[in-house]
Amino acid sequence: MMTLIIKRAAMAVPSLIGVVIVTFLLTRMLPGDPAAYFAGPAATPQAIQEVRVKLGLDKPMIQQFGRYVVDLAHGNLGTSLTTGQSVVAELRTRLPASAELTLLGLLVSVAIAVPLGILAATRPNSLLDHACRIISTAGVSLPVFFTGLILIYVFYYLLGWAPAPLGRLDVFYTAPPQVTGFYLIDSLIAGDPETFTAALKQLILPALTLGVFSLAPIARMTRASMLAVLSSDFIRTARANGLSSWTVIITYAFRNAMLPVITTLGMVFSFLLGANVLVEKVFAWPGIGSYAVEALLASDFAPVQGFVLTMAVMYVVLNLMIDIVYGLIDPRVRVET
Amino acid sequence: MTEIAAARPRESPVAALFRHSRHVLTQNPVTAFAFGLFLLILLAAVFGPYIVPYDPLASDTTQALKPPNAQHWFGTDQLGRDVFSRVISATRLDFFIAVASVALVFLMGGLAGVAAGFFGGWTDRIVGRVADTIMAFPLFVLAMGIVAALGNTVQNIVLATAIVNFPLYARIARAEANVRRDAGFVEAARLSGNADWRILVGQILPNVLPILVVQMSLTMGYAILNAAGLSFIGLGVRPPTPEWGIMVAEGAAFMVSGQWWNAFFPGAALMVAVFCFNLLGDGLRDIVDPRRRT
Repeated sequence: MMTLIIKRAAMAVPSLIGVVIVTFLLTRMLPGDPAAYFAGPAATPQAIQEVRVKLGLDKPMIQQFGRYVVDLAHGNLGTSLTTGQSVVAELRTRLPASAELTLLGLLVSVAIAVPLGILAATRPNSLLDHACRIISTAGVSLPVFFTGLILIYVFYYLLGWAPAPLGRLDVFYTAPPQVTGFYLIDSLIAGDPETFTAALKQLILPALTLGVFSLAPIARMTRASMLAVLSSDFIRTARANGLSSWTVIITYAFRNAMLPVITTLGMVFSFLLGANVLVEKVFAWPGIGSYAVEALLASDFAPVQGFVLTMAVMYVVLNLMIDIVYGLIDPRVRVET
Repeated sequence: MTEIAAARPRESPVAALFRHSRHVLTQNPVTAFAFGLFLLILLAAVFGPYIVPYDPLASDTTQALKPPNAQHWFGTDQLGRDVFSRVISATRLDFFIAVASVALVFLMGGLAGVAAGFFGGWTDRIVGRVADTIMAFPLFVLAMGIVAALGNTVQNIVLATAIVNFPLYARIARAEANVRRDAGFVEAARLSGNADWRILVGQILPNVLPILVVQMSLTMGYAILNAAGLSFIGLGVRPPTPEWGIMVAEGAAFMVSGQWWNAFFPGAALMVAVFCFNLLGDGLRDIVDPRRRT
């Protein structure tokens, strides 16, 4: 098992190298002179020259790249021009907000998509099957920012059930003492059910928005793989032996059908992490996505670069984890490697 | 032989195309519906700016933020501009971005993939490595980074959308070219003295084309969503240009105070367009490549 993990981890290394090279190249593609850019609009030629030497931009490309890698190894992603804060510090304080939202979004999407896919597969061509197809097609067709706005209009403006879409917690509450950075968990640790409910209320709409957008691949894959498993011999045998149909579906079919679904999680995370940026903007969520968007509009490149790098590294690590989990669940993968 | 030839006179290419299209459309009513919708979008893209009742840029502050009514079907925005006219006029730009980016990635990804599958070796390794590196990013995030670095213009939105779709096209084209590299007709072409590039363009590419065209219509929807997402966060298209993503962004602030029509109609237009492209793509795929039906 250890060898499998090490082998998979080694396979992620080229991806990480690629990610670092691409994020480096992105800064060097900035239009115009990057030194003038980093020195700000009011800089004198002398100041620009100073910035150029300070950033090492007068050196050859390969040395610049070496410097970038060394900075990365020291956990230095540069400083934001607008706030003057170090990018790493900002990303670190904002990351829990994004992670909490994304994970809850994933939870919502799995909670809707998996039962939907199973039910659709057990009754092919029924009304429910068509509903599954329509919901999953509509899910990918709905622009995620649009779904979010519609939910806000219905649940905040019309019904008044949801709180104002302005961040993680209503102004009347104070954030729970930080342990994990996830408000839901921290408030439970602090034994503060009121803050927990308040945080949950803020989270529901954005998480639902993310869930609706990303449920399509899971629902489709669950349905397709359940259909394949249900028509196999061991299911027929189980049925012939008189097991109840739910035992057959859940214990026998579902556990086998889950394997391909786990592999689609990689694609789901690509959807979730990208859509996260848009959802954070709609709900004024103080995560890393809205940080990057603010920096983008201010033409402040260091935070954007840090953001792209963080997201890509997280995505590579998530894919690695999915692969390892797959190996743990399915012994056949272990035999092959 | 002569009798058969006399009994079935050769169809003109135009008639054959027409017959085939009719066959495709009658096969599946959903595809026919999507095709009708596609024609409607195409009409709006071509003639939209000439047929709309109001100038999409003309503001009239006395008419600001009016709900949908007989004069303004989709209501008016905060500057009194007619939302209906703006939504229809925006079709051209959104459609252009989607078509241009898909055409671009078709050229880049299709050619690189076909070459990788046909030549193998280093070409294959380089194309595969580039595709893997792009796939290592969450796609929308990479598109954001590219537009931020290259500059905030519509051209760069097109380019970024094309780049993030590159792996999809390259992989499909590679797989399809790879299974055909030693096919009989390729061997025959090689034996009759054709150079490699000539076989690639003349024999392999036409065979891979239908599958890539299906892929194009499947990714059109994603391309339009991606571009609208970028302009929603303020990249690329600048106000007051009518564009669906930016119109939703401008209308978003009014959603919490109940003026829903500002963001709703451009968002709905976006949704209908994406839905149409997805349905059309699914329908085309079922016809060209029935095995991959899910």
